[in-house]
Amino acid sequence: MRPFKFTAAGTAPLAIGQLVQNPNSSFLAGGTNLLDLMKEDVARPDELIDLGRLDLTAITPVTAGSNTGGATIGGLAKNTFTANHPLIRQNYPLLSKAILAGASAQIRNMATNGGNLLQRTRCSYFYDIAMPCNKRNPGTGCAAMEGFNRMHAIFGWSEHCIAVYPSDMAVALAALDASVKVMQPEGGIRLIPFKDFHRLPGEHPERDNTLNRGELITAIELPQNKFAAHSAYVKVRDRNSYAFALVSVAAALELNGNNISAVRIAMGGVAHQPWRATKAEAMLLGKAATTDNFKLAAAAEMQSAKPLAYNAFKIDMGQNTIVHALDMALKGTAVK
Amino acid sequence: MKLMSMAAAGLLASHLVGAEQLFARAVDMDIEDLPPVAIENGLTVNISVNNTKRKVLIDSRATLLDTMRERMGLTGSKKGCDHGQCGACTVIIDGNRVLSCLTLAATCEGKSVITIEGLAKDNVLNPMQTAFLKHDGFQCGFCTPGQICSAVALMKEAKEGQASFITADVRQDQKSVVLSDDEIAERMSGNICRCGAYPNIVAAIKEAQTGKNVEQTWLFAG
Repeated sequence: MRPFKFTAAGTAPLAIGQLVQNPNSSFLAGGTNLLDLMKEDVARPDELIDLGRLDLTAITPVTAGSNTGGATIGGLAKNTFTANHPLIRQNYPLLSKAILAGASAQIRNMATNGGNLLQRTRCSYFYDIAMPCNKRNPGTGCAAMEGFNRMHAIFGWSEHCIAVYPSDMAVALAALDASVKVMQPEGGIRLIPFKDFHRLPGEHPERDNTLNRGELITAIELPQNKFAAHSAYVKVRDRNSYAFALVSVAAALELNGNNISAVRIAMGGVAHQPWRATKAEAMLLGKAATTDNFKLAAAAEMQSAKPLAYNAFKIDMGQNTIVHALDMALKGTAVK
Repeated sequence: MKLMSMAAAGLLASHLVGAEQLFARAVDMDIEDLPPVAIENGLTVNISVNNTKRKVLIDSRATLLDTMRERMGLTGSKKGCDHGQCGACTVIIDGNRVLSCLTLAATCEGKSVITIEGLAKDNVLNPMQTAFLKHDGFQCGFCTPGQICSAVALMKEAKEGQASFITADVRQDQKSVVLSDDEIAERMSGNICRCGAYPNIVAAIKEAQTGKNVEQTWLFAG
C-alpha cells in the first residue's frame, strides 16, 4: 500500500472541509472496498479522512414534511444494523433482504450504507492494474470487451465500459424509489433521486455516480409505500452465499384483489447501475397478477438486452429471475 | 524395525521438549517493544486487545491484523487472503465480528478487540472451542481461529434475533433464532475452509448453541 496521511474527522462539515483541501484525499467509512482497492494499487489516495466518529448512524421514521410516513437511514449506519432495525424489517423487508443477500456477516458489520452505494465494480480487469481499463485509467481502453466478460453488463453498456455495479442494497433502493441525501461543501443539502444517483458509463466510465467532489452522503430517504406484504429479493450467483450476483431482482407489488395497483422491478448484475425494469412495470400496471402476465412482461423487458461474447445466458436468467421474484412477491413469503 | 520406531519415537519426544522450550521463550520475550523498522505517517493508538490495554506506534497503513501479529505477538488471527474474501482474520470488535485485514489499526482507537487468544478463561476453553475439538471442526487448522471467533459472535447475533438472507419472514419479530444447518451455513459463509471441514463445523456450532449432543451428519460415499 502507498503511504497516506490518516486524519480523523469530528463532524461532517469538518470532514468535507478536510477533503476539499486535498484533491488526492478520500473519505474512509467501513473501508471494506477502499482498503482492498488500495492494497491492489487501484485506489491511490495520499490522505484518508476517517468518518468513523461522525454521528450519522440513526434510523428514524419521518414524521413531518413531504416524506411523512417514510423512513430515513443514516449514511454511516452499518449494513447489519440497517437490515435488522425493526422499522426496516417491518416496513421495508425488501431492503433488509437485499442487504442480507450481500457479502458476509463480517463485511456487513463493517460496511456503511453510504459506502455500500459508493463501492466500485468488481470487474476483474478494473482490479488488475496490468490491464487497460477506462474506469481506472480513462483513455486506456476496455480489456473486458474482448476478454472474459461472463460477469458483465447486458444493458446500457458503452464501447468504453461494460462493467456492472455490484451492490444488492442499491437494487432494493432503486425499486423503493429512495433518495440520497448529501451535504455539499458549502454546507447545503441536496436530495438526489435514486435513478439519478448511479449513471451509465457512456464516455465517462470513471464516474460511477453523480456525486460531486466534496459531497458526503448523510442519509438515504425511503418513501412510504404499501409493498411490505408483497416483495421479494432473488439473487442468482455461482455459489449459494457470499458471492456477487450474476443476476438479481428486487420485486414489489401492491395488489387490489388480484389486480396490480403498483409494481416495482429492479435488477442487479446486468448494468452499470441498478436497472429499473420500467417496460415490464408499465406492462403489468393494472393487469392481473398472474405468472403468465409476469412472463410476458419479463420477456418484453429483456428484448432490449445486448449480450457480449460470454454473457448471453443472462438474458434467459434475467427473464426467469424476474418471473420468480414476482411470483414470490405475489405469494407474500420471503423465502429464497 | 521395532528398534527403529522406538528411536523415532525418542526423536519425536525430544523434538516436543524442544518445541515446548521454544514456546516458553517466546512468551517470556518482551515483544511489545519490538521497534518497527520504518514508519511513515506514524500515529499512536490505544487499543484494548483481549482485555489488555495496548499503546502502540504504527504506520498509518498498518491493518489491525498486521498490528496484532507483528507488533503484539498475537499470531492466532491468520492472514489468509488479506482481501476480505476468506475470513481467517476474523476478530470480534466491540461485540461484532469483523475482518481485521480490512480494518486499519488507526481506526481502532479506544476499541476493544477479542481474538482467538482471548476466548478461553484461564485454562477453561470457550464452549465453542470445546465443541470444535469434540467435533473435529478442522483439518489443517489455518481457518479455525477465524471460524471460532465468527461462531462465537454468531451466538450473540442469533440470541438477538438478527435475520439472515434465508430467514423466512423478516417482518416477524423473532426474539432469538435456533440455527438450522442451512442457517449456520448461510451465516458462516464469510469463513472459508479449504479443507472442507464444513459438516463438522456446522455440528460444532449447533452443539455449542443448543448445549445438546449433536450427531455429525457426514457419511462416507457409497
